Amino acid sequence: MIDSLFLINHSGDIFLEKHWKSVISRSVCDYFFEAKEKAVDPENVAPVLQTPHHYLISIYRDKIFFLSAIQTEVPPLFVIEFLHRVGDTFLDYFGECSETVIKDNVVIVYELLEEMLDNGFPLATESNVLKEMIKPPNILRSVVNTLTGGSNVGNTLPTGQLSNVPWRRAGVKYTNNEAYFDVIEEIDAILDKSGTTVFAEIQGVIEACVRLTGMPDLTLSFMNPRLLDDVSFHPCVRFKRWESERVLSFIPPDGNFTLMSYQVSSQNLVAIPVYVKQNISFLEAGSCGRLDITIGPKQTMGKTVEGLMVTVHMPKAVLTVNLTATQGTHTYDLATKVLVWDIGKLNPQKLPNLRGSLSMQPGAPKPEENPSLNIDLKIQQLAISGLKVSRLDMYGEKYKPFKGVKYLTKAGKFQVRT
Amino acid sequence: MTTMQRLLQLPVNAVNMVKTVQSQVQGQEEAKSPVLTPDGAQQTWYNALQPDELRHLRSSSGTGGGGGGSGDQEERATLEEGGGGGGGSFQTQPLRHDDLKEMLDSNKDSLKLEAMKRIVAMIARGKNASDLFPAVVKNVACKNIEVKKLVYVYLVRYAEEQQDLALLSISTFQRGLKDPNQLIRASALRVLSSIRVTIIVPIMMLAIKEAASDMSPYVRKTAAHAIPKLYSLDPEQKDQLIEVIEKLLADKTTLVAGSVVMAFEEVCPERIDLIHKNYRKLCNLLIDVEEWGQVVIINMLTRYARTQFLNPNINESLLEEGGGGDKKFYASDEDEDEDEEKDKKAEAVTMAKRKPYVMDPDHRLLLRNTKPLLQSRNAAVVMAVAQLYFHLAPKAEVGVIAKALVRLLRSHSEVQYVVLQNVATMTIKRRGMFEPYLKSFYIRSTDPTQIKILKLEVLTNLANETNISTILREFQTYIKSMDKDFVAATIQAIGRCATNIGEVRDTCLNGLVQLLSNRDELVVAESVVVIKKLLQMQPEKHSDIIKHMAKLTDNIQVPMARASILWLIGEYCEHVPKIAPDVLRKMAKSFTNEEDIVKLQIINLAAKLYLTNSKQTKLLTQYVLNLAKYDQNYDIRDRARFIRQLIVPTEKSGALSKYAKKLFLALKPAPVLESPFKDRDHFQLGSLSHLLNAKAGGYQELPDWPEAAPDPSVRNVEVPEWTKCSSREKRKEKKVEKPFYSDSEGESGATESADSESDSASGSESGSEDSRSGSESDESKEASESEEEEEEDLKTKKNKEKPLKKPVQESESEQSSEEEVRKPERKSKQSKSDSESESESESESESSESESEDSEDSEPELKKKKKGAPSKPAFKATKKDNKKEKKEMSLLDLDDFEPAPSPQVTPVNSFLSNSLVTDLEGLSLSDSALMPATIAPSSALKSYELLHRITGEGLSVEYCFSRQPFITDANMVAVQVHFTNNSTSDTKSLHMEDVKLQSGMRVKEFPEIELLPAGETATAVMGIDFCDSTQTANFQLCTHTRKFFVSIQPPVGELMRPFFMTENEFKKEQGQLMGMNEITEKLILDVKCRNEHAIVQKVTTAANLSRVPCGSDKECSTPPPPPKYPVYRFAGRTVTSSSLVLVTVATKDQGAAQLTVNCEKMVIGTMLVKDILLALTQ
Repeated sequence: MIDSLFLINHSGDIFLEKHWKSVISRSVCDYFFEAKEKAVDPENVAPVLQTPHHYLISIYRDKIFFLSAIQTEVPPLFVIEFLHRVGDTFLDYFGECSETVIKDNVVIVYELLEEMLDNGFPLATESNVLKEMIKPPNILRSVVNTLTGGSNVGNTLPTGQLSNVPWRRAGVKYTNNEAYFDVIEEIDAILDKSGTTVFAEIQGVIEACVRLTGMPDLTLSFMNPRLLDDVSFHPCVRFKRWESERVLSFIPPDGNFTLMSYQVSSQNLVAIPVYVKQNISFLEAGSCGRLDITIGPKQTMGKTVEGLMVTVHMPKAVLTVNLTATQGTHTYDLATKVLVWDIGKLNPQKLPNLRGSLSMQPGAPKPEENPSLNIDLKIQQLAISGLKVSRLDMYGEKYKPFKGVKYLTKAGKFQVRT
Repeated sequence: MTTMQRLLQLPVNAVNMVKTVQSQVQGQEEAKSPVLTPDGAQQTWYNALQPDELRHLRSSSGTGGGGGGSGDQEERATLEEGGGGGGGSFQTQPLRHDDLKEMLDSNKDSLKLEAMKRIVAMIARGKNASDLFPAVVKNVACKNIEVKKLVYVYLVRYAEEQQDLALLSISTFQRGLKDPNQLIRASALRVLSSIRVTIIVPIMMLAIKEAASDMSPYVRKTAAHAIPKLYSLDPEQKDQLIEVIEKLLADKTTLVAGSVVMAFEEVCPERIDLIHKNYRKLCNLLIDVEEWGQVVIINMLTRYARTQFLNPNINESLLEEGGGGDKKFYASDEDEDEDEEKDKKAEAVTMAKRKPYVMDPDHRLLLRNTKPLLQSRNAAVVMAVAQLYFHLAPKAEVGVIAKALVRLLRSHSEVQYVVLQNVATMTIKRRGMFEPYLKSFYIRSTDPTQIKILKLEVLTNLANETNISTILREFQTYIKSMDKDFVAATIQAIGRCATNIGEVRDTCLNGLVQLLSNRDELVVAESVVVIKKLLQMQPEKHSDIIKHMAKLTDNIQVPMARASILWLIGEYCEHVPKIAPDVLRKMAKSFTNEEDIVKLQIINLAAKLYLTNSKQTKLLTQYVLNLAKYDQNYDIRDRARFIRQLIVPTEKSGALSKYAKKLFLALKPAPVLESPFKDRDHFQLGSLSHLLNAKAGGYQELPDWPEAAPDPSVRNVEVPEWTKCSSREKRKEKKVEKPFYSDSEGESGATESADSESDSASGSESGSEDSRSGSESDESKEASESEEEEEEDLKTKKNKEKPLKKPVQESESEQSSEEEVRKPERKSKQSKSDSESESESESESESSESESEDSEDSEPELKKKKKGAPSKPAFKATKKDNKKEKKEMSLLDLDDFEPAPSPQVTPVNSFLSNSLVTDLEGLSLSDSALMPATIAPSSALKSYELLHRITGEGLSVEYCFSRQPFITDANMVAVQVHFTNNSTSDTKSLHMEDVKLQSGMRVKEFPEIELLPAGETATAVMGIDFCDSTQTANFQLCTHTRKFFVSIQPPVGELMRPFFMTENEFKKEQGQLMGMNEITEKLILDVKCRNEHAIVQKVTTAANLSRVPCGSDKECSTPPPPPKYPVYRFAGRTVTSSSLVLVTVATKDQGAAQLTVNCEKMVIGTMLVKDILLALTQ
């Protein structure tokens, strides 16, 4: 399966390599560098490359390429999914997944990789199991370790691998027992010039943070589970019960995890919280253009729209902008040609407006396409689909946990064509 | 900013402090020695490292500054030269290695750890650390667990290069393989097998074989992992490895399943026959296997199914061939109706030739059991299921995967990339399935280009008459995009839509013509190329477009586009007779400056014009040909020469010139614009080969459906058949060989195997050689037993009848009820003597048998279980006869018995579950979970009082240990609680509260009983994890009015669950639990319990253990007389920690006996000895 892994930074340095089978020379990465040169944008590097003796499957996240070399047939998604799992584990352990942090913790990283794959086949990928074997670093422990000569490797053996709930470690204890659930919904939408919805859907995810003692068995039920069209679950969720009763029944992992993600049934009309009036034009003759954007509330269910932000990728010919905003701040990055207008809270009484002129490179032809606007927004305490958690019950433990549910609506890939 | 830079800005003291915090970065660690012991050696090391440290600082600050890490590069280069011999900057390198060696040789763990950490950091960076091998390998036996782990890491990396030295470490691992702790055994095997040293192949082979029959599933899993490693090291071992794989495939635990299939795929994917027996088990276990294993299993099963089942779309595929390619699937309801109609027709047509298709139940099982996995969070699992459905499901069912695949489009862009590739292939074959999700493939300006192009491909494939207008409108937006590659792809897509859908051809063409006035040259060029292709379809209508394009030659510079225009004009010069010569004139002028492909087309155009309109173009043509004659490109020169000969009539011109017109002006067929994804589905979807559209190494072809289905019975698990012959043989051999009740134990052993048999029918089988040979003797015993039953019974009747009766009949009724399920033939005989209820239960079991095996049939199963009870009295009454008859019957059975005719046999193990899933949950815990069901003598359940009627004010509560696995948590002991309301008023909301437990204990409360009417009783089950101790669980039992403090204390015998092992295993394990872990007591057996059955009965009542079959035991298999002093062995595991509990009762002269208990937990052992002693002596 996966023979070797190389971690490569943005500028093309291999800063970590790990081999699970015979050593593969790092010169194999040259094929990748070649493709990377060609693609210009790191996002455009094909995830799967073929070289004379190996196949290279890579992902790009957090400015790092995770590149795996493979010799035989293997489902590409298998590798991609695993590489992302590696990234997630780093994130989980070190709080971020960056070159610096990986270099700083290279031994832990190496130990993790050793446990996660055996002969190229995933062995322990559950964060709870890994944490039992290799403790995540924290400052206090490092200090203590250096003083006492202790180590980050757990002395207990990973019993979690043997249990039938491998995602949860045994003997969890908390003084405050809490379970928090965040229902986060994202609106993916494409609006056309006139403001009509070309395409819209709601993606939801329930992020949980569960800190409960012992082996609790939780049941989460919804007021309106019919809304959910397509779902995917953390392995802890009992699928049969969902099928029959439409409740989520599970023994939770310890700590943070994604309980489920869902899509709201496409029959429902998606409420679009804001409308955008825009007028961007480039004059045929002169070397300038006009821009005028106004944003107003549409279907907000009486909540305030916050964190409103508009991002515009301007055509290459736009040199500078001369704009005034009635609210918020705007910046224009000359190098990347990205205009960002950070509005903040949307005030329905006084609609934010951004207008002014764009100066163009003289002599450049008029851009054919107006740039599309990417909208970012947040609405607290609202799940735009109307999904509601009705109750959370706990079995198997005797204490009363503190339970909390939070709702949040965000704009996902929310694009307005102009 | 790197940490190093941060450090540089800090004062020296602070540096030291921070350094201790950040212990991994190499450069920093040097400064740490003050913390360590300041002896002389360390000091030199500290000093010596100074220059090196500085160098490191330099290079890493260089990296941090964004300089591209040139320092690092340099370092690497020199290192590869040869470990530090060269380059000036590297003179410190050997020194540093010496220091590391010194640290490794020290006797301080902290120093060793430090050194190992640095070495591992070097390995991680790809630096050579191989010369440290001798120093490192010495530490392989180090006590410190982290040092040990890092040494393992090092070993695995360098052992291949230093084979001789690596051998030094082998003995450590061999020792580890014998460790009583399963995790240590596993890790030893893991490292041992990862060391790629050919010399140890035999050792590895031995270790793998041993581990494959280890009782810990985790060790077995590791063994499965080791198989491909050994195989890659020495392919010669294949045959032996296949044996191990075969054995592990039979494993019932989910932990092993994924890994062994993985090994199967790497070592012997062609041995599909090994899967037959395990097919159903794999299907049923699938949902509980870890996600990576799921992917591998599903992919393998797809291949398997392709070889074993018939094409479910066989009728459709015939139809497709007949019905033409442009058919849509489920495009709309109407279409579907049409489809159905067509189906009917097709069926009618094919009916004569073919019998109607009936899906193999095993095929259905696979489809059903994989479907829930579409909801997995792991994209690879979803994709695996999707491809399985695509390749195996009937057309009408494939649709379910669309939604899941569309969901994956929200994932990381790499996932999107792979999924879209597969969707593109699917849309060609089954367009209808993705049509409802058309909009999900709309393109955002922020998508990476490769994703955009794939989405475009999918949109194009999805286009049909109904949605084309929407799609074209969408394309219109895309054409304006700033991403030019994407625009070009869009234009091509439009061209493909236009060719495929006649209705929109004109619209598309007009749109493309408009694009010709686009300012971007690339767009225009691409449009020209596409227009050319479209025009070829109906040129006569579009002479104006051709004219328009002719004008474009002045402006368009892209060679491909110019060439296309020229070709068009040449091809259709009769439609534009006036313009064509003029174009040639212009081209002749610019000929020398054109690109090669354009030149070729100019020659082409000249030739065609010469043939059609020689008057006007003769001179021009000759001029062009002359120019071409002296061109630098030989292709052009050759072409010019060839054409001149062909078209210009000279006296020498050959026969060909007659045909010049035919050659040049032949009618050319219009090009077909095809998707690049066409026919990619001959590769298994989701595979690397499919993605690359080329066969990758190790790819297993997806076989075509077989013409006729191979024998489905191969998947039946053959235990019954085997029983038949072997027991027949056995019976002949040893006619009267041992005391008949060789014991109820022997009997329960038999039931056990019956059990596992039926299990296996339901998918989780026990094909393993071991368990067979283990139960072999039991089976034969069963047969001989019944013969001897009577004698023995008569003999012992007087003094044993009483103690015997109850349990025997108990276990018998159990057994027979199980046998009935398997052997309905027997019913006629039995029902003669048996009561109605009996036959009733039989008919029921029959019906459940005929039902498709499924989780649903647990219901009849439960009923059956209940029925078991009423049939008891009947049994009692006719006990004597029954026995006689039973003897005959079982003889008959064994002779006549055929393997169950239908492939589905209901699982009989009714104890375990109310659904198959929980059934399997039980399986996944450990292989032992299955056994207890039949062994636990339910009648022997002892009830304890929890709440007396008087203190409970009318409510009396009793509890007993049901000895069934507690479903929700394997580590809990199931406690059955019976409530009886003796009062006159109803009791409401009966529940538990305020559970007070010793640390570590856990309780799963029973569900609240809302109402217990006066005089009624109720039963509930709760689970308690006693943590392998006899501590009490205190809690309050609450009713709507009162609370009672109650407590449950388990007898030590209930803290374990039976564990099935063979005698050899038992002895092996016992050997490892000597010394402190062994407790021996001498005793005199009670008069009433000196026979085998009584002893077994007493022990199993006292403790929840299972009898170890003495099949292979010499004392048992020696021909008569029976062994004088038999030894009885029992095995179990504690519920919480799964520690083994082994009990041996060795009988001696005059009722004397010796009781031995081996248990890791000494307290449990001691208490157990007391309890069993008491049971046996009273």
